[in-house]
Amino acid sequence: MDGFLQALLLQSGYNAALVAIGAALLGVAAGGAGTFIFLRKRALVSDALAHATLPGVGLAFIAMVALGGDGRNIVGLLTGSALSAAAGLLAVEWIARRTRLPEDAAIGAVLSVFFGLGIVLLTVIQTMSAGRQAGLQGFLLGSTAGMLLQDAMIIALAGLAAALFVFAMRRPMTLVAFDAEFAATTGVDVRRTDLAMMGLALLVTVIGLKVVGLVLIVALLIIPSVAARFWTERADHLVLIAAAIGGASAYVGAAISAAEPQAPTGPIIVLVCSAVFAASLLLAPRRGVLASMLRRRRFQLRVHRRQGLLALGRAEPILDGLTLAVLRREGLIRRDGVATEAGQAEAAKALRDEARWRLVRQNHASEAVAARYDGLTPIEAVLTRDEIAEIDRRLAATSGVVR
Amino acid sequence: MTGAARIAAARERDSAEAGQPLVIHGLTVSYGEKPAIFSVDAVFRKGTMTAIVGPNGAGKSTLLKAALDIVPRLSGTVTVFGESFARARRRVAYVPQRASVDWDFPARVIDVVMMGLYRELGLWRFAAARHRDRAMACLQRVGMTEFAMRQIGQLSGGQQQRVFLARALAQDADLYLLDEPFAGVDAATERALVDVLAGLKRDGRTVVCVHHDLSTVADYFDQVLLINIRKIADGPIVTTFTPDNLQATYGGRLTSAHLAEAGLPAA
Repeated sequence: MDGFLQALLLQSGYNAALVAIGAALLGVAAGGAGTFIFLRKRALVSDALAHATLPGVGLAFIAMVALGGDGRNIVGLLTGSALSAAAGLLAVEWIARRTRLPEDAAIGAVLSVFFGLGIVLLTVIQTMSAGRQAGLQGFLLGSTAGMLLQDAMIIALAGLAAALFVFAMRRPMTLVAFDAEFAATTGVDVRRTDLAMMGLALLVTVIGLKVVGLVLIVALLIIPSVAARFWTERADHLVLIAAAIGGASAYVGAAISAAEPQAPTGPIIVLVCSAVFAASLLLAPRRGVLASMLRRRRFQLRVHRRQGLLALGRAEPILDGLTLAVLRREGLIRRDGVATEAGQAEAAKALRDEARWRLVRQNHASEAVAARYDGLTPIEAVLTRDEIAEIDRRLAATSGVVR
Repeated sequence: MTGAARIAAARERDSAEAGQPLVIHGLTVSYGEKPAIFSVDAVFRKGTMTAIVGPNGAGKSTLLKAALDIVPRLSGTVTVFGESFARARRRVAYVPQRASVDWDFPARVIDVVMMGLYRELGLWRFAAARHRDRAMACLQRVGMTEFAMRQIGQLSGGQQQRVFLARALAQDADLYLLDEPFAGVDAATERALVDVLAGLKRDGRTVVCVHHDLSTVADYFDQVLLINIRKIADGPIVTTFTPDNLQATYGGRLTSAHLAEAGLPAA
């Protein structure tokens, strides 16, 4: 635990601090960029994109060795991965647009072909130069052990570029995600906006290869925005919250794995992020599972109370156990089911409101008001006192008595 | 007709159509090998309110989408105020079918209306108070000010349609193209929407609606375009919205009940 706290405060040494800061920046970029992919419902495309980086890594290594250079040059490897990811992305787009295959089939095909090719290349590299095996396996699940200042700088620069890009493209990307056809009529180039969005995902994927690896980077792109969705109803806030969740999860995850050197950084980051998601799913105030269960229960109790009062007023027997329990708890009926004085008064009022509502709903002119009738809302919340008095006058005129 | 007379007639037609809000010639659109609309000609004149009427699958929505460059044209030309749509798009507002978007999208009512200001706001600028004021004014015209901060997923169908119209109003266009604006909305909303559209017409703007309720065509619109893949007829309601033309549009699907609903005698 001490180790974790130290790591959290960047006190566990130079490398651990570097990893934590680099991971946090990556998390911010991934969370923000991923929001638009989530809103555009393109999460799977980003997965294909990530898997399509692998052959590029292998080919870049082979090319650099063949040219007599160091196969492990990070800039070279990342450039290679970006090129092959772009090729995979264009392949998905082309198949989906030019053939009758649906997009998910295109994604499945491209993802597996590119990933398979990448694995074959890695095997070839291992046999080709056993001594210089460059830890390319680290690109699969990430490896932060040998992270250099150069790596952290690359992440920081790319993260800054991603943030600027998100800011500039926030409006067209939101517009396209909500209503692509309308966006097209106002002059947004939908196809180019989609490609820009995927280009952003590509950038984040490539810089994330060293930290979380290509298998799990999609988690860091998508989970933060999915978790953030529970906390807001605004797209602009969603981007910020997702970036914060991504950054915080990556930072905490990196600190945990610094304290426990056996724990792999990438998977730990994804687990922390998933924990945030699980907590949001359960606890978020409006969209969370617990909140909506509670809301439903409260609504159910209101319905039972109202039905019970109406039954009391009409002197009908109440058979529903929950209805009886609700009325009893509020002191509206006695243990034996007979209405108390308060119960009688409430029941009379419920009946009177029902009669008033009936009149309002029969009256064609008050259609807008009648549309708000749900059988539960007290009539005082919808109509003014004068309007109610008027209704009562008309009720009295038709039936002779106001009950 | 002699060659010279034909040229003169074509010239006359061209000058009558020049600069009109929407002029469509020989428009054909096809998904796959079966045309959705075939060689349709139509002129929508300034200050008119036109209903596009036809049975399901007649290509009504497709006609709008092809005019707006949303679906590719196989042949034909579309001019908007005498220019290509791409050049005239700032004068056009489109209201898609309500069901075409996911209403659980994280946005409030005001956010959706502000989307109509996209061309003004561009990429970098933040929305200023005057933009918000304009959006609120548009919401007021459709009677939705009190819902401005509501999440769009909580709206009823009629309210969603009002929001879509408010977004189009924010575009401050001269030509409004609406795809089934009255589908599945309550009676109060329908009246409110019709009032707003009639107001646009009074301002000299042009309104075109895909419409499927024969009983209200004559009440709401002054022009009608009847299509069923091909154009059947177009022109003023009085001369065009006739039992014979409806019979030709709907074929066997048209019953005397339909005609009675449209307030017309049997063909």
